[in-house]
Amino acid sequence: MCTMIAQQVTIQGSGKSGTGWFRVDQASVSYDHPFDMPLEYALNIDFTSQAGEPAARVAVELDAESARKLVEVIKKVMHQAEAGGFVEG
Amino acid sequence: MYTTDQYEGMLAETVILPGYHADLINAYFARPLGVGPFPGMVLIHHMPGWDEWYREITRKFAAYGYVTLCPNLYFRDGHGTPEDVAAKVRGAGGVSDDQVLGDVGAALSMLMALPYVSGKVGVFGTCSGGRHAYLCACRIPGFSAIVDCWGGRVVMTPEELTTKQPVAPVDYTADLSCPLLGIFGNDDHSPTPEQVNQLEEAVKKHGKSYEFHRYDGAGHAFFTYDRPNYRQEQAVDGWKKVFGFLDRTLKGG
Repeated sequence: MCTMIAQQVTIQGSGKSGTGWFRVDQASVSYDHPFDMPLEYALNIDFTSQAGEPAARVAVELDAESARKLVEVIKKVMHQAEAGGFVEG
Repeated sequence: MYTTDQYEGMLAETVILPGYHADLINAYFARPLGVGPFPGMVLIHHMPGWDEWYREITRKFAAYGYVTLCPNLYFRDGHGTPEDVAAKVRGAGGVSDDQVLGDVGAALSMLMALPYVSGKVGVFGTCSGGRHAYLCACRIPGFSAIVDCWGGRVVMTPEELTTKQPVAPVDYTADLSCPLLGIFGNDDHSPTPEQVNQLEEAVKKHGKSYEFHRYDGAGHAFFTYDRPNYRQEQAVDGWKKVFGFLDRTLKGG
């Protein structure tokens, strides 16, 4: 909330936290203060269950270069999967 | 100033108060023991949440002689570790300014009603809480001092305004009703030194009482000793500035 650079998207998937696997239905992406990464600002992704408690969260905090690399590698993997006919829908 | 022959005692606990829309929220409360009268302080927590650092400084303000209340602005977003709750709020784009004004106004009213509070109450905030503190000092009558520590987005572009934060706090400067202390790091990105200049221009334009301290070699949140932003020399001096200002404005010393 310091930068207010935040977006949320509805997703379908599973995430694993310290208590095991749970359904995730929302991803919150922000560029704001991280909690653990020793940076002033980071690209933060929280995979959450909207109906769950705040602890129902799988969190990552990345520096900007890592975030950009992650976006590119996700795009490449998805492109390869689509080209191979593995992606349904 | 503390001397070794003084008595010191404190009560600190979690309390409940009716906040915005009379919603019951919790708050951390700490006060010096004794009949008073003591000045009061409302602390507005930072983006990382209603966390250990804020509970610590609530007790710090009490040790300096202030009846201090720190409302949990994220109470409505559920409970868990402070960072899990704060992450939920961060993802949702923060809390609304109206909600903050309601919660902080309720905290001020609670302090003013206490028999051992002198009637002079200040407001202090860091990071997003610095922005909220400035907003509250402009919009809520009754504060006698405000301390804005590196509040980002007090100065906002039209593109940054949202339904939750529809007005830049600097635009309320004409209504600022008490002396202002600003603590800033010159390496900060939010607020930038240029944004601090713009804020200073606004308080000058409206003839407000203020003092700004801008520290070289420091960025954002340089008081927080558990983060890499911590700057020992600047933080020690900054705390002296905070309590010097509050002692003058709230204790009359």
